[in-house]
Amino acid sequence: MTYKYFPHTEDELQAMLEKAGVKSLDGLYAQIPESIRFRGDYKLPSEMSEQEVRDCFAKLGSQNEQLTCFAGFGVYDHYTPSVIPSLLARSEFLTSYTPYQAEISQGTLHYIFEYQSMMAELTGMDISNASMYDGTTAAAEAAMMAVAAGKKQGKVLVSEGINPRTRAVLDTYALHKGIELVTIPMKDGATDLSALTSQLSSLEGVAGVMVQQPNVYGIVEDFTGFAETCHEHKALFIIDSVAADLAVLKTPGEWGADIAVGDGQSLGIPMLFGGPYVGYMCCTEKLIRKMPGRIVGMTKDNREQRAFVLTLQAREQHIRRQKATSNICSNQSLMALFVTVYLSLMGKQGMKEAAQLSYAGAHYLCEQLLKTGKFRLAYDKPFFNEFFVKYDGDTDALYKRFIDAGFLGGVKYEDGILFAVTEKRTKEEIDNLVKIAAL
Amino acid sequence: MAKFEEGLLYSESHEYIRVEGEYGYIGISDYAQHALGNVVYVDMPDVDDDVTAGEEFGAVESVKAASDLFSPVSGTVVEVNEALEDTPELLNEDAFANWIIKVQLSDKAELDNLMDAKAYQAFCEKE
Amino acid sequence: MNNRLYGNLIFELSKEGRKGYSLPKNNFGSYEIPASMMRNEEAALPECDELTVVRHYTNLSNNNFGVDTGFYPLGSCTMKYNPKINEEMAALPQFQGLHPEQPANTTKGALALVSLLEKSLCELTGLAHFTFKPYAGAHGELTGLMTIDNYHRSRGDMQRKKVIVPDSAHGTNPASAAVCGLEIVEVKSLADGTVDFEDLKRLVAEEGPNIAAMMMTNPNTLGLFETRIPEIAKLIHDCGGLMYYDGANLNPMLGACRPGDMGFDVMHINLHKTFSTPHGGGGPGSGPVGVREGLQEFFPTVSPYHGNFAVMMRAYAYILSLGKEHVKEVGPLAVLNANYIKESLKDVYELPIDTVCCHEFVFDGLKDKSTGVTTMDVAKRLLDYGYHAPTIYFPLLFHESLMVEPTENESKETLDGFIAVMRKIAEEAKTDPELVKTAPHNTPIGRVDDVLAAKQVIVNYRQLKAKA
Repeated sequence: MTYKYFPHTEDELQAMLEKAGVKSLDGLYAQIPESIRFRGDYKLPSEMSEQEVRDCFAKLGSQNEQLTCFAGFGVYDHYTPSVIPSLLARSEFLTSYTPYQAEISQGTLHYIFEYQSMMAELTGMDISNASMYDGTTAAAEAAMMAVAAGKKQGKVLVSEGINPRTRAVLDTYALHKGIELVTIPMKDGATDLSALTSQLSSLEGVAGVMVQQPNVYGIVEDFTGFAETCHEHKALFIIDSVAADLAVLKTPGEWGADIAVGDGQSLGIPMLFGGPYVGYMCCTEKLIRKMPGRIVGMTKDNREQRAFVLTLQAREQHIRRQKATSNICSNQSLMALFVTVYLSLMGKQGMKEAAQLSYAGAHYLCEQLLKTGKFRLAYDKPFFNEFFVKYDGDTDALYKRFIDAGFLGGVKYEDGILFAVTEKRTKEEIDNLVKIAAL
Repeated sequence: MAKFEEGLLYSESHEYIRVEGEYGYIGISDYAQHALGNVVYVDMPDVDDDVTAGEEFGAVESVKAASDLFSPVSGTVVEVNEALEDTPELLNEDAFANWIIKVQLSDKAELDNLMDAKAYQAFCEKE
Repeated sequence: MNNRLYGNLIFELSKEGRKGYSLPKNNFGSYEIPASMMRNEEAALPECDELTVVRHYTNLSNNNFGVDTGFYPLGSCTMKYNPKINEEMAALPQFQGLHPEQPANTTKGALALVSLLEKSLCELTGLAHFTFKPYAGAHGELTGLMTIDNYHRSRGDMQRKKVIVPDSAHGTNPASAAVCGLEIVEVKSLADGTVDFEDLKRLVAEEGPNIAAMMMTNPNTLGLFETRIPEIAKLIHDCGGLMYYDGANLNPMLGACRPGDMGFDVMHINLHKTFSTPHGGGGPGSGPVGVREGLQEFFPTVSPYHGNFAVMMRAYAYILSLGKEHVKEVGPLAVLNANYIKESLKDVYELPIDTVCCHEFVFDGLKDKSTGVTTMDVAKRLLDYGYHAPTIYFPLLFHESLMVEPTENESKETLDGFIAVMRKIAEEAKTDPELVKTAPHNTPIGRVDDVLAAKQVIVNYRQLKAKA
């Protein structure tokens, strides 16, 4: 029975079975009715050596096409500094569990405190939690949090400018939780404030208003007056943003948001076919007790040393059970470490420089595409590193041409294409993409 | 040992009410305070909120527990004890001196459903 | 463990003008971000050189305890060994750069992996389909309940909103039900911790047409197998409800019993428990949900893509490594290890239910209660001896719960070492109770003041500076 992960020798097995008071391993399951025992062989491949596992994965990997990425739509191809995988592989971080025993988990608790500090800085909000699963579920949690904070209000208004992937997850949660989502229309590619104002006046019981910055078209919206309008109607203002962009863009805090959510993937996390990423959630000090998820706080130990510990646990599922704000327990702790190390390396200057590069690349690409005469911007509004163009021709055929040339040429959306550029894209890559686009 | 102050009325969910004319001061009993341990936060309603007998109006949190507060009577909140916002431990120091909300009663007949100190003490001993 | 540099936050190591990054040159010309778009106040992020960052986090890691550090018998969490080959597979460059919106014909390898993993999980559980969208166990639970709710809604059975849960269940069960808009009704446990079948019959008689599902772990929270599971499943199915299997305790069932064969219709699996993916200090996990044939159309959209794909890669590498020969040894060895510890300690620790257990069991504190030494004290003293503590004060059925789950990877020597220390602590509780009550003594920090943490609420560096 010995296997590389099972240390039991034959003698030990016998001694242990004896201690356990059974004759055989099978005897350990004597209580299970025979009718439901699994007796056969699982229909699975035979055991593989490491070399064989490696070959199997290499074969699978070779069936993926490695494309130069100009796609965004919430997931961006930013650079991962080498330091990060090296530190994340430290098994003291990797193989630990939720830091319940603070005395031997200061490593985790400490970095979560730093993570919370950095996210609060990026979003311009008072408080951050210890992370959420991803941006879409963080948005759903924000909607539920607004409803919980608003007592008898069951509606959340959601801008049409929210990414449909996020909206789909919101719809799922809302359906089951019994939250009514109402769409705020867009006008010329931006959320229509006058429509929002009239919705807030005519609808009863609106707990929250959710917008996205930059919105699904990549447009940087002007939210002047939004927070005031929401607050006049006792609704919380929620902004969903791409984390990296907040290093330069006007922050949710500056726009007067009560809750800021979004995905932290843009902070150097590999795209990896969808995950793991990390969701963030920040709020005002006033709302801290309505916040879902774990929170780490500072305290002292009995030796008068600074120490960190999970705090405000009375909000959480294991204590509040069905009255908890959320059912989240484990989050994406290791990915929170990822973005903490990323932001430590990049610092305030690096974040700004990377943002400027992405901005420059995106605007250069946009200009070059427009110059071909075959593309036009769908909306004449400011954008950051992603933009929405319409193509005078067969978009599907163009998209295929891009792929054949080794490019993921944006994301097809509605009747156009969304292109995104990060600091990883070189001028040469952009020029090559444009050449194909110009054909 | 928990104290059971005379002259107050108590509910089975361990709130007390001190009635003064049209008004009542609502808090948690000393027994409840003992059971909770160190109180770290009191979630209170706003002034002018309505409360209903038997329904939740807030919560008291200790480090590892949270207990909902149920109003022993119906009425309107006219005052909340703001001192508890910064010093929730007042509830541990003296639960009876530190009420949580002051309510204008809407139906005094509801008071008949509550226990006096002796009955409440007997109730707690059984729990 | 290393206590050096302990006190520093990365912000305190920061110095203006330092940098830890390198970026390509801007060859695009001048494209200035308009001031109207920009934030007014700069984000006060730290400024550090690369080595400072590396040392800081390396030192932090030294204040942590993981499975690779030592024995981690945390009940209900299945802290098994996380094989290194899995990590390497998950980091393969051919998968790292795949954008999730990439057309399917360019991600064939990744999609094949998803379907191969699905097939394997179906075989191991006796169910027909899996969705990998859920990011964690609790998320899987929610997804499973939404699937059930969608099923009943599709049949116009709108009143089925009650979910039966044993009173010993994990706290997430009721929380997940509430998020799903469902209501929990508790069924009582018998003295031995299993479901009180008579009470269940009463509930079904009263609530039959309102029952959406019954949610169980099997083995249950006490590590005991619910032997009446076929009858329970029949009772629930007959009243129109579905059976939900909380996969938190699936590990001992590998090689013994499949949830599908037990009568369950929907389940979630914690890949980070049973399938050896690392817990990462509390995530990322993965909580795929499996269903019986016909229910897959009711899967909800709880995330946009394929969930935590890299976690799935690790789980698949684990299944391939073990193969059909060794997967079936996982359960029996995990169960053996648990029973071995239980039998070796039950004379000094209170064992409320003295029977053969599955992968875990629960002590109700020390046998000798006269010393005043609590389960918390025992747990903290274990840290001094280089062990992670078991799960404490859960399940709530006992006052001094101490829940031990050793997993199949631990050797007899490791278990014997743990047993010896547990006995030593029981001895210390008698001879020097103060020593145990003030533990831990050898850890980087001592017991923390959680009351202070909850009262002062300092949860970031800005607050820390403001309140200093």
